[in-house]
Amino acid sequence: MTRSAGRGLTATSTYLVLGFGSILYLVPFLWMLSTSLKTQDQVYEFPIRWIPQPIDWANFVELFTVAPFLTYTVNTIIITVFGVFGSVVSSAAAAYGFARFRFRGRNALFLVMLSTMMVPIWVTIVPSYVVFSEIGWIDTYLPILVPAFFAAPFNTFLLRQFFLGIPLELDEAAKLDGAGSVRIFFTIILPLAKPALLIVGLFSFLLYWNEYMGPLIFLQSQDKFPLSLGISNFVSSQSQDFPMMMAAAMFAMIPCVLLFAVAQKQFIQGIVVTGVKG
Amino acid sequence: MATTDRLQPAPPARPRVVRERPPSGHARREARAGFLWIQPWLVGFLLFSIVPSGMALFLSFTNWSGGDLEWIGLENYVTIFTNDPIFWQSLKVTFIFVVLYLPLSLLVGFGLAMLMNQRFVGMTVFRTIYYLPSVLSGVAVTVLWGFVFHRDFGVINGVLALVGVEPIPWLNSQGWVIPAIVIMQLWAVGSSVVIYLGGLQSVPTELYEAASLDGAGWWQTLRAVTLPMMSPVILLQLILGLIGTFQIFTQAFIMTKGGPDYGSYFFSLYIYDVAFKELRLGYACALSMILFVTILLLTAVFLRTSNRWVYYAAEKRSS
Repeated sequence: MTRSAGRGLTATSTYLVLGFGSILYLVPFLWMLSTSLKTQDQVYEFPIRWIPQPIDWANFVELFTVAPFLTYTVNTIIITVFGVFGSVVSSAAAAYGFARFRFRGRNALFLVMLSTMMVPIWVTIVPSYVVFSEIGWIDTYLPILVPAFFAAPFNTFLLRQFFLGIPLELDEAAKLDGAGSVRIFFTIILPLAKPALLIVGLFSFLLYWNEYMGPLIFLQSQDKFPLSLGISNFVSSQSQDFPMMMAAAMFAMIPCVLLFAVAQKQFIQGIVVTGVKG
Repeated sequence: MATTDRLQPAPPARPRVVRERPPSGHARREARAGFLWIQPWLVGFLLFSIVPSGMALFLSFTNWSGGDLEWIGLENYVTIFTNDPIFWQSLKVTFIFVVLYLPLSLLVGFGLAMLMNQRFVGMTVFRTIYYLPSVLSGVAVTVLWGFVFHRDFGVINGVLALVGVEPIPWLNSQGWVIPAIVIMQLWAVGSSVVIYLGGLQSVPTELYEAASLDGAGWWQTLRAVTLPMMSPVILLQLILGLIGTFQIFTQAFIMTKGGPDYGSYFFSLYIYDVAFKELRLGYACALSMILFVTILLLTAVFLRTSNRWVYYAAEKRSS
């Protein structure tokens, strides 16, 4: 630990600044929670009443009756499960290739991969749309899920960095026992890389759970919408029912918050690895 | 790409087991296996990056709108630059957003990280609080903030009213809408905070001890030790931030639809409208190429000027 900032600041002023900031950061959450438990009329009260009287749980129940939120939720789960699975498996394989084998052009390809992170999604979206509609993929999950099975640069980079840290002696020993690269991958690399795989899984979960642009552009029928698209539709049709809107937003956030609560350490590890050691 | 090379310094040479040069048959087998393992990325790269990018480049020279296709050379680009006020408006709005957001996110993110990088009790609690919003994203967050900013019933104006401030038309005025979106994005600054915090904690303690022996004050230590040591991390965060913020879409698309009066009509909203509402696909591709080149140029500028302010410990040591 360092005292880089500590010299000019006392504990009290640090707590004051961070504490005040925390309140600012927490207010939107509390506001959402509070509003989602209000009736329409209570929203208009001034000054703001933070604990609604009476507390009205009906919004959360109504969500499922006024709009097909159950369908949205199931669709989101389908997209997320396949998206996470595809991301983890494909990027682990590609990272293994980059970390453990020597072949001509490997480093150049790796740099090409990193530089593709700079290409805006907007460049590829129009041609992709055209191709996907030619092959009949519009209004299916395929345009969203098939790319998940082709290793994303960010995930591949993260896993490759981790794989490099696994001692090569383990591979060599397995090779002497006659193991091929597939067996080494499954019996040595993957088990030892569990923390990194978990990180990629967590990030992918957030990505696919919240995925909006893909569904917006490629999906048409409402019974295929995920929560993101369902909520944005619901909101534009209910522009005045704030308690319902907040209940919907909260409902979509709860899985992410829960995931954060159980895996905060992994999240933080993950971004430190990519942001600092990268 | 040499530029990326600097961004992502190659890891130190792998501790390979020392042995003679393997027979060429073995090397060839290893190469083939490695090549097979990276196929998930390579095939996806060709199918979902190279081919569509090439198509987009080609289409940008046509007037294609779904039916017959005609090669019109640079006409789209000429129109965009000389006769398209909406393009300039969207570019302006996007630039203002980036210019406001990037320095502020650096300042807030780095400032919070410095405050939390102290040996006081409870810092992990603060880290949790500040980090939590950044795991949330997309539509739900946007819907939440749309209401937070509401002119009449939003919480910001509600609290400000207690101290007598007139309601601010956050999302209903051209002047306020960009600051509002900047504030909303700063809510998610937590992941930068954690990255900066990780960087700060990896600065060798000896450097601070040496600085304090030399009688350096807080400001001098910051200037001479902390910032130089953190500069590679800051550069990476700025570049990733640049690439991300230039593509901002969902927030404005849902909250304001680009309004009021094109006040938050970001570049990506324009591309979306031209492509998927007006179906002028050739024109949309030309716009997307301009977005790509803009990001590329700005990244190059960052990297070019970076050797003036980014300190690479490894380079200095070896020279």
